[in-house]
Amino acid sequence: MTLLPTIGLETHVQLNTRSKIWCGCAVETAANPNTHVCPVCMGYPGALPVLNKEAVKKTVQTGLMLGCTIALKSKHDRKSYFYPDMPKNYQITQYDQPLCLGGSLEIEVSGRQKTVHINRIHLEEDVGKSTHLRGASGIDYNRAGTPLMEIVTEPDLHSEEEAFAYLTALKRILEYGNVSHCNLEEGNIRCDVNVSVAEADSHMLGVKAEIKNMNTFRGVHRALVYEIKRQTRAVETGIPLVQETRRWDDDQGMTSSMRTKEDAHDYRYFPDPDLAEIALSAEQVEVWGAELPELPERRRQRFIRDLELPDYDAAVLVADLHVANYFEQVVAAAAGSAKASSNWVMTEVMRELSESGGSPADLKVTPKALGTLILLVEKKVLNHAKAKEVFSLLVKSGGDPEQIVKNEGWAQVSDSSAIEGFVKSVIDENPSVVEDYRNGKHAALQFLMGQVMRVSKGKANPKIVLELLKEMLA
Amino acid sequence: MNEKAPDLDHVDITYVAKLARIELSVVETERFQTDLDAVLAYIHQLNELDLGGVEPMSHPTPRKNVLREDVVSRGADREEMIRNAPATIQGLVRVPQMMEEL
Amino acid sequence: MSELALKGIQELRGLLESGACSSREIIESVYARIQEVDPKINAYLKVDVESALLEADAADSRRSVGEKGPLLGIPVAIKDLLNVKGQSCSCASKILEGYISPYDAGCVAKLREAGAIPFGRVNMDEFAMGASTERSAYGITRNPWNLDHVPGGSSGGSAAAVAADEAIVSLGSDTGGSVRQPASFCGCVGLKPSYGRVSRFGLTAFASSLDQVGVLSKSVADAADTLGVVAGHDSRDTTSDRAAVPDYGKSLDGSMKGTKIGIAEEFFGVGVNPEVAERVRDAIDFCVSLGAELVSVSFPHLKYAVSVYYILAPAEASANLSRFDGIRYGNRVEAEDPVTLMCKTREAHFGDEVKRRILLGTYVLSSGYYDAYYVKALKARALIKQDFDKVFEKCDVLMSPVAPTTAYRIGAELDDPLALYLGDICTIPSNLAGGCGLSVPCGFSDAGLPIGLQILGPAFAEERILRAGFAYEQSAGFQSQRTSLFNV
Repeated sequence: MTLLPTIGLETHVQLNTRSKIWCGCAVETAANPNTHVCPVCMGYPGALPVLNKEAVKKTVQTGLMLGCTIALKSKHDRKSYFYPDMPKNYQITQYDQPLCLGGSLEIEVSGRQKTVHINRIHLEEDVGKSTHLRGASGIDYNRAGTPLMEIVTEPDLHSEEEAFAYLTALKRILEYGNVSHCNLEEGNIRCDVNVSVAEADSHMLGVKAEIKNMNTFRGVHRALVYEIKRQTRAVETGIPLVQETRRWDDDQGMTSSMRTKEDAHDYRYFPDPDLAEIALSAEQVEVWGAELPELPERRRQRFIRDLELPDYDAAVLVADLHVANYFEQVVAAAAGSAKASSNWVMTEVMRELSESGGSPADLKVTPKALGTLILLVEKKVLNHAKAKEVFSLLVKSGGDPEQIVKNEGWAQVSDSSAIEGFVKSVIDENPSVVEDYRNGKHAALQFLMGQVMRVSKGKANPKIVLELLKEMLA
Repeated sequence: MNEKAPDLDHVDITYVAKLARIELSVVETERFQTDLDAVLAYIHQLNELDLGGVEPMSHPTPRKNVLREDVVSRGADREEMIRNAPATIQGLVRVPQMMEEL
Repeated sequence: MSELALKGIQELRGLLESGACSSREIIESVYARIQEVDPKINAYLKVDVESALLEADAADSRRSVGEKGPLLGIPVAIKDLLNVKGQSCSCASKILEGYISPYDAGCVAKLREAGAIPFGRVNMDEFAMGASTERSAYGITRNPWNLDHVPGGSSGGSAAAVAADEAIVSLGSDTGGSVRQPASFCGCVGLKPSYGRVSRFGLTAFASSLDQVGVLSKSVADAADTLGVVAGHDSRDTTSDRAAVPDYGKSLDGSMKGTKIGIAEEFFGVGVNPEVAERVRDAIDFCVSLGAELVSVSFPHLKYAVSVYYILAPAEASANLSRFDGIRYGNRVEAEDPVTLMCKTREAHFGDEVKRRILLGTYVLSSGYYDAYYVKALKARALIKQDFDKVFEKCDVLMSPVAPTTAYRIGAELDDPLALYLGDICTIPSNLAGGCGLSVPCGFSDAGLPIGLQILGPAFAEERILRAGFAYEQSAGFQSQRTSLFNV
């Protein structure tokens, strides 16, 4: 019996609007709890919601990026359940008329392309945040009312790797579209997983479990590995599974049952009478689509076409929005030297990023500094070896490359008369090596070259050194 | 989910009270059962109506696209908001230890 | 006590403008009247005279620099479900005991702009659920015409305060008749504006698609002036209308000429007490004698109105009242976990009628019942709206009784919720359709209890119903009859 897992994901994405979905309170991380709150987002008596247009726009833009059909007519509904972090004890969400329907996302797993179908995207509100204190819980409503998109996939995924690849690809799209800050530590993207296992050739799905409480994509991956193993073992040994919601414990690395289908919620959805219907025109949707930033695929093509980068470089650079942005700023500062910029970013910069685990914004090497450094090499003020040393200094403490070169006295010497002096002294000091060279031993030239560079403290222009050496040894 | 065939004549008071988060006494449960079953019996007059082809009317005056611009504004005095909470702890609204319910 | 409290807005405005009295003196007079009669009526839950006097002084100084306005310096009693910054807003419920509002409702903000003074919190049925004000958690309010009778409800405190001259004018709310019915019971004017005319922001929601802020006053002209102040667009309420606010006073020309009055016999056949029917028919005949024209119309779906209402209103209420859980404000019963805390808080601090409606609303929305009740009610609601549309093709206003009876004895209706609900049959349709309605005093029963004439109009036809109401009132003169219970 070959068992195949089937996975569907429900991803909640906080939108990066300035204000909350129903009120003017700021959407930002606050230093103190319950400071970005008002009667609306704290569910006070008499308070009413008014929908933030930007939240609709960003949801529609997400739908467009994922190839969804945008519903020209949609509405909001109340979903009733009591929980202390939900101020009204009903969540305003979209039940049967979501903003976006259908759609898909291409992912790549172990070199294979795969299409993940999107079922729907709807726009709703986030709830407050509870902190567990000794013997009590404390609630901060700053997060309550943050606009939240729920992106629901079809059950198209069949492994933890595919789920991970989907989330990574989704995050990249959301970042590119500038619809969310996509900061996982801040909880900007949170994901619930539906998973079941069944015989590979069966047309029936197995008994599904919904898993919650994964805070990272890695956590989703680990939870799936655990859960698939658990369900597989149960099916193989004939233990019946029940439809249930399970909680992932990241520390213990296991899931445990929270509630079964029998005590599932009865949400009592009905259209929210406080809110008007959303009626979008095709023109409006088109305008919002045109306002979208350049997406990865389009950017990759532009890098190849306009910047004449090799396919490989373009693909590597666009994979991360921030790296791609950094790269383009370097190119601008380096007067358009795209290939040189690409080489530096793909090697030195990306190595630095992977070592520090940070983002380009955290680097002390500004794109302008790197651009300047590239120009210094191109103008032959610095040779490549010295340029790498300058880069190391920039990584450590930032600054201006020109100033560093000046301070360190690293400017390349291209003045023939000065180099002639170095060459002459090296020839005088190494008669036997000179003899070897004249006898046809080519490696001797390399040695002499190195000696000249050493005497010049690395500043001599290697090309001129080589020419002079050959000339004077002839 | 309540998957039995809907009982349109009797309100399942115990189930409904649980959903509505009201802890009813036995006396109340019985009284509300009588009251609400009487109301249901009356409401069934709606079954006389031929409602085929009638569009449901949710709003008295249907409106479209009443949206606000994405502008941050200061709402009420935050101190006053938190002062209304029956119990607070470190600027948070205090409640008993929560059970996990995500 | 000076005589100021006994007057209406029109007269006080004249006195204020001529300098014969100050706003401070009006507040003092009303406050003295409250101290004198409210121990018997219990219309007020709270009165903060100190802050009102400060606001009166501010209004007086605004006037001294030349400002004028229909409500400048006039105190307005506020139904206890409208938020006024810094004041309590209990909705006559124990669950909101201790809650202090951090903001002004939209209509209250408009009152302040106009220089009116929110003065006193008046009693009501808990969360506006009831028709007698007997369901307040803070004691019953009595009818100023007979203290053994109810003032009606849910805006019973608003109506009784105006009728007993312990308020110049008051704001109430009308979800199924809660302004018009107590006005009828107490012999004052009650105006329910069209849905969307007055902002609902800050009005504690009972049924969001039906609720509307209304006015209770001593005369139609006072109601018109007050509506002119509180009406208008509010960007914080999505359902608030952008239409410009007319000068309602201008429509009050005292004439009934050319008005087509619709009469639908259905409104007289729904358990209407013969005495009530007779006075209302007399009033309509009187309108004809003033030059109006009678048109016979029909309202075939009237008998379904109560059923529709008692599905939709509790359904919306069940969600609207979920927020009262003892967590963020109000009363709390502490418990070992949050679920128990909520269950115990709601059990202990909601009254019977509120629980009954929450349970009913929760039931009709619960899994398996939504289509059988909620969707069906929304469709039947559309039929009631169609009835109105057809009626107003033939006439300008529809006239009917406000309530089937006069004010009943305290305690008479408490045990039979269905009987109570049926009392709303004449007023509910206007809420379901979103139109406007007015209750004008049209006489007394043999027992000396007031009877009201209901004048209904389509949405945003307030000028029409006010014009008709004013012309009737000016000639019939019932508004000048005041209760004699408190005569010295």
